[in-house]
Amino acid sequence: MLEVQDVVTAYGKIEALKGVTLRVGEGQITCLLGPNGAGKTTLMLTITGILKPRRGSVRFHDKDITGQAPGGIVRAGIALVPENRLVFPEMTVAENLRAGAYSRTGSAASEIANDMEAMYNRFPRLRERSTQMAGTLSGGEQQMLSVARALMARPKLLLMDEPSLGLAPMIVEEIFQIVRDLHKDGTSIFLVEQNAHMALQVAHHFYLLEQGRVTFDGTPGEMAEDEVIQRAYLGTRQTA
Amino acid sequence: MDFLLGLTQLIGVHTILGLSAYVVLLTGQVTIAQAGFFGIGAYIAAMLTTLAGWHIVPAMLVGASVAGVVACIVGFPALRVKGLMLVVATTAFGEFVRLFWFNFDYQIAKGEIMVGPEGGEGFKQIRYFPENGWTTGDVALFIWVILIAIMLALWWMDRSRAGAVLRAVGEDELAAQSVGINLTATKVTAFAVGGFIAGIGGGIYAHYTTHIEHANFSVLLATFAIAYPILGGLTNVTGTLFAVVFIQGILVEGLRFMGDWRNLLFGALIVVAMNVRPRGLIDERVVMIVGRAFSTRKGRADA
Repeated sequence: MLEVQDVVTAYGKIEALKGVTLRVGEGQITCLLGPNGAGKTTLMLTITGILKPRRGSVRFHDKDITGQAPGGIVRAGIALVPENRLVFPEMTVAENLRAGAYSRTGSAASEIANDMEAMYNRFPRLRERSTQMAGTLSGGEQQMLSVARALMARPKLLLMDEPSLGLAPMIVEEIFQIVRDLHKDGTSIFLVEQNAHMALQVAHHFYLLEQGRVTFDGTPGEMAEDEVIQRAYLGTRQTA
Repeated sequence: MDFLLGLTQLIGVHTILGLSAYVVLLTGQVTIAQAGFFGIGAYIAAMLTTLAGWHIVPAMLVGASVAGVVACIVGFPALRVKGLMLVVATTAFGEFVRLFWFNFDYQIAKGEIMVGPEGGEGFKQIRYFPENGWTTGDVALFIWVILIAIMLALWWMDRSRAGAVLRAVGEDELAAQSVGINLTATKVTAFAVGGFIAGIGGGIYAHYTTHIEHANFSVLLATFAIAYPILGGLTNVTGTLFAVVFIQGILVEGLRFMGDWRNLLFGALIVVAMNVRPRGLIDERVVMIVGRAFSTRKGRADA
C-alpha cells in the first residue's frame, strides 16, 4: 500500500537517506531495523511530508504523495506516532486526543466523541487521566496517548517510530500487545524498532537500514538466519 | 479623577497591546514587532480622522487592517526562522517601521495650521476627541468596551479549535505536524491577528494622546508588549490584564513617591514576581482555585 522509491533526503549537504526503496504491504506489520543515525526517523518524517525528499517518490495506494503537506498526508490515511512520543505536555489527555482528530474536518463532533470513547476503552488508563496534563503521565502512558492520538485520525497505515524507546521491559510487552491488537483490527503498521527480538515476534517483513541505505530485505525467517543481523541485532552466539 | 481616568485609559491600551503579543506567544514565537504594528495602526487611524475627516471607528478598523495585512506579508518570511533569529528579524521590522515614520511627511492645511505627520517632529493636533466633544470618561469607556470585546473574542478563541491549534504549535511543532497541522499557516494567521489587535490599540492610543511621534513606537514599547503576557501567564487572557495593572498601575504609578529609586525597584520587582510566580501571575493553579470558588458558590445557591 506504501511504496517508497529511491528516496534521497538531505539535511543541507548531508544525505541522511541515499536512495531508499521499500514497500509496506496492506494488512501487514512491516518492521524497519537499523542502528542509531541510519536515517530511520528521517524516512518516517519524509513519508509524512514533514521533510521534503530531494529525489525519489512516495506512493500511497498508487497515488503519488511525494512532497505533499503533512495535513494532506494525514488526510490520505497515514498517521505517525513520533519518536519520543511527543505528546502536547501542557494539554490534557482529552485535548491531545482531540488534536489527533485535527484533520478530520468532515467528521461530526459526535463521531469524534465516539472515537475518543473507543480510545478510552482500548486504553482504560487514559480515561482515568483524561483531565490530567499529558506531561504528568508516565512514559508508558504517554506512549499509549501518542498511539491513541495518531489513531484519532483514523489512519489506514500507522507509522510507529521506536515506540519501545526508553520504556521498561514490561511496558514494552504492553506496547507490542497494542501493536498486535491494532493489526488484528485491520490497521497496517510500519514499525521502526531497535528491539529486534520483540519485532521478530510481530512483524511479517523486515528491512534493515544502514547509513541511509536498505541493506537487508526479507521475512522474519530469513532475518533470523542472516549472520550479520544475528550478530548485530539479536546477539545470538555464532555456532560455527 | 482625571488622573485615575487617564490611568484607566493607559491600562486599557496597554492591555490591548499585550494581548496582540499574547496571540503570537501562544504559538511559541517571540515577537518584537508589536510596537511596529501599533505604530502603523496609530498613524493611519490618526491620518484618516484628522486629514480625511473620518469617524474614529472605521478609521481604526482600516488602520488595524493595514497592520494585519503588513503582519501577514512580514510573517511569511519572518516565521521561517525561530527563537533568537525571529527576535532579531522582528526587532529589525519594528525599527524599520519606526524609522519610516521618522522620515514620513504628509501635511495639509486645516484652517490656519498645517496638520499631519511631520517627520521627526511627529504628528500633532490629533484632535478628534476634543473636536467631537468626547470627555475623558467617554474615551475611557470607549477603550474599555473595545478591550472587553477583544478579551471576550480571544477567550472564546482560546477554548475553540483555533486555540487548541495555536497551543499545539507552541508546545511541539513536530507533534503538531504529525497530526496534520500546517505550521506556516497557523503562525502567519496568529501573527496577522496579533498585528490587527496591535493596530486597534495604536488607533486608540493616537487619539487619546493627541500627539504621536516615532519615538513612541520603539523597542521599549515592544518589550512591554511581550512582557505583559509573559508576566501574566499564557493560561488565559486575564493574565495579561493583571500584568498591565501590576506594572502600569502598581509599579509605575504606585511607586512614584519613591522618586528616582522607583526605576531600580521597578526592574527588581518584575524579577521577584517572575521568580515567585514562574508560570505567570495567573497560572493554572489560580484558574483552578477561582474556578472552584465559583462552582461552590453556585452549588450553594442551588441548594
